[in-house]
Amino acid sequence: MDKLVALFEWVDARFPLGKMWREHLSEYYAPKNFNFWYFFGSLALLVFVLQIVTGIVLTMYYKPDAELAFFSVEHIMRDVEWGWFIRYMHSTGASAFFLVVYLHMFRGMMYGSYKKPRELLWIFGVLIHVALMAEAFFGYLLPWGQMSFWGAQVIVNLFAAVPFGIGEPLSEWIRGDFVISDATLNRFFAFHVIALPFVLAALVVLHILALHEVGSNNPDGIEIKKNKDKNGIPLDGIPFHPYYTVKDIVGVVVFFIFFFAVVFFAPEMGGYFIEHPNFEQADPLKTPDHIAPVWYFTPFYAMLRAVPPMLGSQFPGVMVMGAAIIVLFFLPWIDRSPVKSIRYRGIHFKIALGIFVVSFVVLGWLGVQPSTPVKTLMAQIFTALYFLYFVALWFMPSFEKTKPVPERVTS
Amino acid sequence: MSNDGVDNSRRRFLTAATSVVGTVGTVGLVIPFAASMNPSAKARAAGAPVEVDISKLEPGGMLTVEWRGKPVWVVRRTAENMADLKKNIDYLTDANSDASKQPEYAKNYHRSRADHADIIVMEGICTHLGCSPKYRPELVATDFDANWRGGYFCPCHGSKFDLAGRVYSGVPAPSNLIIPPHQYLSATVILVGKDEGAA
Amino acid sequence: MRKIITALLLSMMPALALAAGGGMKNYSVDIDMDNKASLQRGAKLFVNYCLSCHGAKAMRYNRLAQDLGMPEKMVKENMIFTADYSKKPDGEISKVGSLMEVAMRTNDAKNWFGTKIPDLSVVARARGADWLYTYLMTFYIDESRPFGMNNQRFPSVGMPHVLWELEGLKKAVYKTEKGADGKDHKVLSGFEIVKPGSMSKVEYANAMRDLTNYMVYMGEPALMERKTIGVWVILFLILFFFVSYALKKEYWKDIH
Repeated sequence: MDKLVALFEWVDARFPLGKMWREHLSEYYAPKNFNFWYFFGSLALLVFVLQIVTGIVLTMYYKPDAELAFFSVEHIMRDVEWGWFIRYMHSTGASAFFLVVYLHMFRGMMYGSYKKPRELLWIFGVLIHVALMAEAFFGYLLPWGQMSFWGAQVIVNLFAAVPFGIGEPLSEWIRGDFVISDATLNRFFAFHVIALPFVLAALVVLHILALHEVGSNNPDGIEIKKNKDKNGIPLDGIPFHPYYTVKDIVGVVVFFIFFFAVVFFAPEMGGYFIEHPNFEQADPLKTPDHIAPVWYFTPFYAMLRAVPPMLGSQFPGVMVMGAAIIVLFFLPWIDRSPVKSIRYRGIHFKIALGIFVVSFVVLGWLGVQPSTPVKTLMAQIFTALYFLYFVALWFMPSFEKTKPVPERVTS
Repeated sequence: MSNDGVDNSRRRFLTAATSVVGTVGTVGLVIPFAASMNPSAKARAAGAPVEVDISKLEPGGMLTVEWRGKPVWVVRRTAENMADLKKNIDYLTDANSDASKQPEYAKNYHRSRADHADIIVMEGICTHLGCSPKYRPELVATDFDANWRGGYFCPCHGSKFDLAGRVYSGVPAPSNLIIPPHQYLSATVILVGKDEGAA
Repeated sequence: MRKIITALLLSMMPALALAAGGGMKNYSVDIDMDNKASLQRGAKLFVNYCLSCHGAKAMRYNRLAQDLGMPEKMVKENMIFTADYSKKPDGEISKVGSLMEVAMRTNDAKNWFGTKIPDLSVVARARGADWLYTYLMTFYIDESRPFGMNNQRFPSVGMPHVLWELEGLKKAVYKTEKGADGKDHKVLSGFEIVKPGSMSKVEYANAMRDLTNYMVYMGEPALMERKTIGVWVILFLILFFFVSYALKKEYWKDIH
């Protein structure tokens, strides 16, 4: 034991080990009133680590080659010891990642966690979401099934919609070919296993550093740093370790129960996590009857389809889809209400947020459906409602009746 | 926040219990990941035992087959070769093959099965650093050895072995060439990679 | 227990509609991974009838032997008729550890059938068990087709009815129905055996169930073990939950 202490002291004299431990865990004071919604941040970090670890093993056996890719995945599923388990963890992890991130973002919108002083924290978060979408998109081509191929084909062709004669060369540059091909597969593999994981890791570090600089928000939307005791410790704060570490362990275990239930009992999740047509090898000469992206992209895909082509170009749809994400960056300034948490905001905010969530879910559902005139109309209405939320937020302070915010957190 | 009435022994017990269960879970999760790096069914299938037909192998001749991605030599030695093997004893590092790898049935001076003593099956990989030695059976002065007694010569670092794969002394290789498990399916067919004992 | 979990998970999301292709409904088939005898019979049918044209190059013979409880020697002697073209251009008889490569060379296939013949390793996961079973059950005589046969599940399919010796030949029976447009339409309503095969109707249906069962297994050999392991994992996690929750409660006594 003494030796261990001595070793720790030796390291601590040369590296800020103890300091980091105190700053980020044992003396990082988090509000004591975190509720259910506050599990998803640590869970997102957990899924990120799982994706990296499972991804490393998959990379050992996967072949990024149009001739070999499809059967190398089946090789993993059969010939590699526990390969099926690791592959299902990775495929389920992709969906779990988005589910957790969407719930985490909803938490932020509900409690106004993007507001001053957490604007940059929120922006790093939205950047993580964008990087994650790119990561998932590149990864989805790798199994080289029919959905992989045609999904990539459709999305890359979106870039061809860019006007002024840049679209076509741009999409060819992305593909490295005139269609999705071996060259595309190889570069998507590079992006998926090297480039974006680095970007994501860096953004996650920035996100956590920014969080620990300003401190966590909480369901009451009160700054706990305003009420400190004589030692400068927030009265409503508790050290992250041990209180939130022991709490997050419970969260992780419950999450794992759901996660492994999917991995072991329903890895395809009825065709939502692994799509049936993806068990057919990519065939550039044959499009599947119905192409739908994986569920986490469908809200944005529905918006893309909702906008009719103008002047023979799909570009307006692409713009709308892009705007749906870009508008999130500006949320801290669009929401001008002085009150953060939904608990003390008026009925208008609650209704608006409710409509926003419903729109997102309905758009997600529409995105997997084959389009019909009625469904296109629905998609247009819900796309409008999605954007209307931000308009409503801007004007809300002029008519919203907020409740008084307490001095101290409630429990 | 208050520390009054904290039951420290209960706290310690639960911390220990959670740590134990958590460790079990972590180990349970690590095992599949570690196991995934074992040779896959594909590698095992490729490394399956290989049949060698020796009906056309003449005395002094050599066949090379691939087993587990390694060259395996099958050599039929002449009567003269067999007699010479006994005379090499003084020039060898490990004449009795005590420090070398071979199945029990090949731990003899000719390093082959007693019922087919003239035929030797061995991995053509130098026990020094893994190059594949050259077959030089003739007993004549060579550019690498004026008193060459016949056998195998590794061009990488000059290791020398006799016709039973036994390493000559004074060279870098530490032990004799490896004899893989093998058995005779018939008088003319050898199965390399498997023997009756370890089926 | 497993069934309940699976059912719960599946009920959370309605199944994605499989690729459309005629408004026909699939026959339903019982899949049972525990019925080793059925899987063995299915495997026999598969290597005898399917593997001469289709490959299943994700599957190894020795895996089959192991999972279906057959000695490797038996599999080697009774089931391996194919050559392994991956090794040498002229082929070498497959070993027990080999993949189920197609007996026919791909070039020949293209000349004979005018199309690439799909590999069947994971076809059960792409199409679903019911679809496969329905497909195998609905070949009928149609003189307008090149091989004189058509299929109700997969109209104008390029594949001949290779199992006709077992099933016999059947012709389609039509009935007239009023369509939505008010006009009469001829609708395929059933089949009638015109030339009996070596199997009775029930025997053939059972054989096709065995074949479908085998193909579902082949689509995902891990299916055999993953649910069993899953039960233990979930039970362990439930135990972990109680322990970690007790710890959390103990520490959180401090707060308030």
